[in-house]
Amino acid sequence: MSAAPRLVEVRKNVLKQNDIVARALRERFRKAGVYVISMVSAPGTGKTALLERTLILLQLQFRVAALVGDLATDNDAKRLARSMAPVRQITTGTICHLEAAMVEKALEGWDLSTLDFLFVENVGNLVCPSSYDLGEDLRLVLLSVTEGEDKPLKYPTIFNSADVAVITKMDLAAATEFDAELADRNIQAVRPGMQIFHVSSKTGAGMEAFVGYLNSRLTMQRSTRIGTISS
Amino acid sequence: MHELSIAMSIVELAEEELALRSGAAIQAVHLKLGRLSGVSREALQSCFAMACSDSPLAGSRLIIEEIPVTIHCSNCVETRRLDSIQFFCCPVCGLAASDIVSGKELEVVALEILE
Repeated sequence: MSAAPRLVEVRKNVLKQNDIVARALRERFRKAGVYVISMVSAPGTGKTALLERTLILLQLQFRVAALVGDLATDNDAKRLARSMAPVRQITTGTICHLEAAMVEKALEGWDLSTLDFLFVENVGNLVCPSSYDLGEDLRLVLLSVTEGEDKPLKYPTIFNSADVAVITKMDLAAATEFDAELADRNIQAVRPGMQIFHVSSKTGAGMEAFVGYLNSRLTMQRSTRIGTISS
Repeated sequence: MHELSIAMSIVELAEEELALRSGAAIQAVHLKLGRLSGVSREALQSCFAMACSDSPLAGSRLIIEEIPVTIHCSNCVETRRLDSIQFFCCPVCGLAASDIVSGKELEVVALEILE
């Protein structure tokens, strides 16, 4: 005879392990005073190009570093090393996204208090990274003009999980007949109020506004941090 | 495709819970899955069967309750359910709404344990 099963209430987040590590990372970043920005996009959107340009511009004033995730190869890390900023590669193997533990491991032995900005470039993927908190302060989602204006509607979850959108390769906008207003509208539909930047990493157009924004976020975070400590 | 690693986390979590309680095997796992969780229900179902093999969960069922996205509308001062995750606005008054109340869940809520 078979007994009826016993129903036991559990109520546990499936990603609790990741969330615990992400929370610890966030705490560590705040203590060190480093502002952490993660980047997500489809493969080929121009995360590395934007990062290279951003590192060069921020380095004039700040101490910057980056972690870059890829399935294989360390091509991106090599490319970014040209900016002279410290860069570490996270090779994920077959895993299609970064998890908080991978970030934690890549940071081993790194004194974060020597940094103002740390960038974390996720694996090129618009689906899987949305579920994983990496402890970042700001998540950027990138969309290039060659991908079409409706990308936000096709991948609403990742756009919804991000804080700021960056439209890249604006130098190709005319050639691809890219409708920037429509793209902005689609982004606003899936994430009302989201801040959007239009940039070209190639020509540098729009970079000043973008870097200025990051600068203001760092200032804001540090002022609240000092407020917290003194109170 | 990260559903296999999610399925493995579910199995791991269920095994931990089983170890804490008396019981021989798990017959079913009840999961809340938000439409904004970034996890595909179909892919998760097929990965779950794979992740269960050679564990006390072998042959068990994954019972998924899909959680719709609800937002708080500051104009209506009401919680409203969205029919589409492509347009975050109040279905009644049309005001843009970014205050998400539910829809991101990825939570094991209960286990059916066999003695």
